Amino acid sequence: MAESLLWSLLVAFLLGCLALAAASLDGALAARGRGAGILAGGWSAPLAETARLMRQRRRTLVAADVLLWRTGGAALLVVALLKVVVVPVDGSALADLAVGVVWFNAMDVTVWAAVWLTGWGANSAHALIGGYRFLAQGLAYELPLMFALTAPAVAAGSLRLAEVEAAQQGGAWFVLWMPVAFAVYCLGVVAFSVWGPLSVAAGVDLAGGVLSELSGVDRLLVLAGRYALLAAGAAFAVPMFLGGADGPLLPGWAWFALKTVLLLSVLVVLRHRLPALRPDRFVEVGWLVLLPAVLLQVLVVSVVAVWRY
Amino acid sequence: MTLEAVLVVAAALFSVGLYGAISQQVVVMVMMGLELMLNGVILAAAGFWWFLSPEPTGQVLLLVVIAAMTLEMAMGFAVATLLHRSRGSDMTDMATDLSR
Amino acid sequence: MVESVVFWVLAVVAVASGVAVFRVDSMARATYALAVSFVAVGLALLLVDLHYIGVITVLMMVMEMAVMAVYMVMFMGMNPALMPMSMVHDNRAAVAAAVSTFVVLAGGALLVPWPSRRQPDPGTVVGTVEALGEAIMGSKMLVMLTMSPAMVATIVAGVVLAGARGRYDRLGDDLDRRPDDPQRGGVGR
Repeated sequence: MAESLLWSLLVAFLLGCLALAAASLDGALAARGRGAGILAGGWSAPLAETARLMRQRRRTLVAADVLLWRTGGAALLVVALLKVVVVPVDGSALADLAVGVVWFNAMDVTVWAAVWLTGWGANSAHALIGGYRFLAQGLAYELPLMFALTAPAVAAGSLRLAEVEAAQQGGAWFVLWMPVAFAVYCLGVVAFSVWGPLSVAAGVDLAGGVLSELSGVDRLLVLAGRYALLAAGAAFAVPMFLGGADGPLLPGWAWFALKTVLLLSVLVVLRHRLPALRPDRFVEVGWLVLLPAVLLQVLVVSVVAVWRY
Repeated sequence: MTLEAVLVVAAALFSVGLYGAISQQVVVMVMMGLELMLNGVILAAAGFWWFLSPEPTGQVLLLVVIAAMTLEMAMGFAVATLLHRSRGSDMTDMATDLSR
Repeated sequence: MVESVVFWVLAVVAVASGVAVFRVDSMARATYALAVSFVAVGLALLLVDLHYIGVITVLMMVMEMAVMAVYMVMFMGMNPALMPMSMVHDNRAAVAAAVSTFVVLAGGALLVPWPSRRQPDPGTVVGTVEALGEAIMGSKMLVMLTMSPAMVATIVAGVVLAGARGRYDRLGDDLDRRPDDPQRGGVGR
C-alpha cells in the first residue's frame, strides 16, 4: 500500500516534470518567435509565470457558478494524472487495467466536460463561446480518435496496455503500419489539450476564451492541466504506437523516456508551425476525411490480424 | 455488497427517475428522468449478472440496454428540437395534441 | 469489506446526485449531477468485474451529458447564474407514484428468495473482457447485427427530424446547385 503510494507520487512528479519541460520548450519557441533568441529567457517563462500566478489575486465574477467553474478548472490536471495511471513503463504500470485503452478514452471525454464547465462557470461571454467551440470541435475529432485507439488494440488482440506494448517487441512498431491511426491520435492529443491548431477554445480572438476570466491559482491549474494533458497523451502514445520500451542498447525506461520527450517536443512545435483551425470548417474535415481514413486503417489492421491467426 | 443491496439501490434510482419523468414540465428534464430510470435498470442488471449467473455472454444484455438508452436519448432530443423549432416551446404541456 | 464500503459510498452518491438533478438551481448543475450519478453507477459496475461495461458507461454518459448541457441551455435559455427553478406539474401524484414504486421494488428485492449463484463452467478461464469480446463476435453476433441498423436508423431519423433544411433547400430542385450554407465547410464543397 505504501509502496504503491510512493510509485503514484513518483509518476505524478514525472508527469509534472514533462509538463514543465513542454512549457519551457513552448516558452523558448515563443521567445525565438519574438526575435529574442533561443537562450533569452523563454526557457524560464513557465517558472516565472507560475510565480506570478501564485501571488496574483483570484478573480471573482458576478453570479459566476463557482462550484462548476473551479471543478472544471481543476479537472484538467486530475484527468491528466488519471490517464498516466494505466501507462506501462517497460511492462509495469501503476494500474494495468484490463481495459486500459478504453480508460484513456473515457478520460479524454472527461476533458470535454472539464473545458465546457470552465467556459460555463465564469458567466462571461468570451469564456462561454470558448467552451462551445471546444464542444463543436470535439464532435469532429472524437470519433476518429476512438477508432484510432481501436487499431492497436485490434492488432494486439487485447485492451490491456502491457499486451499492446508486448505485441510490438522486436521492432514491429505499430506506427510503421498504422500511420493514419497514429496521425489521428496525435491530432486527438492536440485537440483535447486545447493546443496549437485546435486551440480555438482558448483563442486569441476571444481574449483567451476559456482562459479569459481565470487568474491566480485557477489559471495556473488550467494552464498546467493543458501541458499535463499533452504530456500524458505523448506518454500514452509510446506503448500504443511507438513500441514502448523496445530498443537496442539503452534500458527499457530510457527508451520510453526518449520516445516520450521526442513526441512531446513534436507536439509542442506544432503550435508554432500550424495555424488554428476553425471548428466549423474542421467538423467537415473530421467527418468526411478523417473518419473514412481511420475506418479504412482499422479495416486494414483487422484483415492483417485475422490473416495472422 | 449483496444482491438485495444492489437491487434496493437500483430501485431507488428507478423511483427517483420515475418521479422526474412524471413531474417535470420541460421535455429535456423528462428525458433526464428516463435516463435515471435506465441507470437503475443497468445497475440492477449488473447485480443480477454478478450474483446469479456470471456468464460472459450475459453482459451483452447490458450493452443492449446502454445502446437502447442512447438511441432513445437521440430520438428524444431530435423531437425536442423539432418541437422547439415549430412551436417555440419546450414544455410538455404545450405538446398535448394527442391527449383527450 | 473495502468493497462493501466503496459500493455504499457510490450508491449514496448515485442516488443523492439523482435527487439533486431535480432540486438544483441551474440547468448545467442538473445535467452534471446526472453525469455524476452515471459515473457512480459506472464505477459500481467496475466493482462487480464488469470492467469494459463500467468504463464504457462512464465514457458514454459523460460525453452525452456534455452534449445534453448544450441542448438544455439552447432550449431553456438560462445563464450561468443560479436562479430557483421548479417547473413541475402533478408533484404530489408523482411523489406518490415514485414512493409506491420504490416500496414495491425494494420489497420485492428483499422478500423474493433469490436462487444461489450459478457457478461458471469449469472450462472457462478467460478474463471477463476477452470473454465478452468472444461472445459479441461469436455466439451473440446476431444481437450486434440487429443493433447496427437500429443505430443507423436513429442517426438518419434524428437528422431528418432535427434538420432545418432538407436536401432540396440546400441544393436546389435538381440537386445540382452548389450548396448555399451560411458557413462553408472545410472540405471546399
